[in-house]
Amino acid sequence: MRYMLIIANDLDLHPVPGGPGWDDLMAGYAAFNEQLTSHGTPFSGDPLMPPSTATTVRVRDGKTLTVDGPFAETKEWMSGYYLIEADSLDGALMAASMIPSAKYGAVEVRPVADMG
Amino acid sequence: MSMHDSDSVGQQIDAVYRAERARLLARLIGVVGDFDLAEEALQDAFVAAVRTWPDVGVPDNPAGWLMTAAKRKAIDRIRRGGARERRQRDWGELSIAWTSGDPRDSMIDDRLRLIFTCCHPALGIEAQVALTLRSVGGLTTAEVASAFMVSESTLAQRLVRAKAKIRDTKIPYRVPPASQLSERLDAVLAVIGLIFNAGYLAGEGNELVRVDLCDEAKRLAHLVIELLPGEAEAAALGALLCMQDARRAARVGTDGQPLTLEEQDRSMWDRGQILAGLQLLERSVSMAPPGPFALKASISAVHSSTRDAASTDWHAIIALYDQLAVFEPTPVVALNRAVAVAMAGTPADGLALLEDPTIAEPLASYHLFHSTRADLLRRSGHHDEAAVAYAQARGLTRNRAEHDFLDRRLAELGTNE
Repeated sequence: MRYMLIIANDLDLHPVPGGPGWDDLMAGYAAFNEQLTSHGTPFSGDPLMPPSTATTVRVRDGKTLTVDGPFAETKEWMSGYYLIEADSLDGALMAASMIPSAKYGAVEVRPVADMG
Repeated sequence: MSMHDSDSVGQQIDAVYRAERARLLARLIGVVGDFDLAEEALQDAFVAAVRTWPDVGVPDNPAGWLMTAAKRKAIDRIRRGGARERRQRDWGELSIAWTSGDPRDSMIDDRLRLIFTCCHPALGIEAQVALTLRSVGGLTTAEVASAFMVSESTLAQRLVRAKAKIRDTKIPYRVPPASQLSERLDAVLAVIGLIFNAGYLAGEGNELVRVDLCDEAKRLAHLVIELLPGEAEAAALGALLCMQDARRAARVGTDGQPLTLEEQDRSMWDRGQILAGLQLLERSVSMAPPGPFALKASISAVHSSTRDAASTDWHAIIALYDQLAVFEPTPVVALNRAVAVAMAGTPADGLALLEDPTIAEPLASYHLFHSTRADLLRRSGHHDEAAVAYAQARGLTRNRAEHDFLDRRLAELGTNE
């Protein structure tokens, strides 16, 4: 089954490029990607630019409303994701716990709905 | 076939139901890969037994007969089901489950799989409790709902949601691997402890359906001990529950009011349960250094082996709370430790500890914090302050027996003035 691991970060706590903890974080991500690769399970994933770059689009009555900012006002922002294959929720939870940003924010684990 | 007296067959079916239901259900869930289908099929199988056994006699291997019948009923239900059911529970899935690859399979009691799945941390704690009582304990939805004072439809919804999450997110039906066993076992023991406490703290309700949650929790604890005999904390939980439950008859006064540990007539404590608890505790500490349940059981053991509150070794109890605080640095543990300090020294010593904002602030809405504080104030002669604290405690609990207790204390203070 495919699971999406949605990474949400508290920007006040999470390391920033060049700041303290950043190099360790990047090394952690490299090691995690390496581990997923060596495990042989197909996966994809990317970090996202910060929420200050977000634009939200809604279509109402045929009109497109474009608003600056993310769709939800929360303390934690979606900062990246992984899409992985796992044989059960336990496998996906294990992978989520290995994502370096889980130490600063949270990782939401959701199965991908099979529309086939 | 007149030899098959239908009453005695009925009794035998009841006995088989009690002894084998959880094991059969657990095995069946493994086979069909679906909680609901397994429950329905097992129900069908018991109905078939009630219909046919009085005529043909009880089979030599009743559990085997029921398992075979339930599998057949499950297949019937799949065939009768709609396209969606067929896709979810197709034959392929069934035949795969028959020959599951885990080499531990034949060694593992399926009930253990069921317990770990019901207590999976991806489920909400209320759902874990409900699912465990329903599936492992075999209580009806109405019984579980009544025990937790929620409506039957609320509870049914909770169960539906939990089972849907198990199915949709693929929570595995298995005993966790060794690397996760201790963490996951803690979750199982916590659920059992919670069930016991719910029963222990519940007032005498006037519900039509009464379930003894303490008995259910003890049954579950003994099942886990039986299935995981090498786990020290499981044995310790069993020990704790036995010793707590031993006080059952002494906890309530002649007018039905709850009595504190100090007020209880300890000759009414159940010696058999205390002995069983002490044996389990001994077994637990011989296996591993004491964990949180072993420490709680040890505290209970000190009380269980002492004649009255005055002759209690409170210093030993303080030392055990200190060790417990390493595992559980919680304000509730600190509160209990403060009581022991007060008993070892003076009420003022305990009160001084309760002034600590790291205890007082998080417990501000916990009625036992205020009633404990009130008790220590009363003992140190501060009756006005004690009355205020008792009133605060009263406002924070809805339990009728607790209200009666606090009213009694308030009344006692009134006559002292």
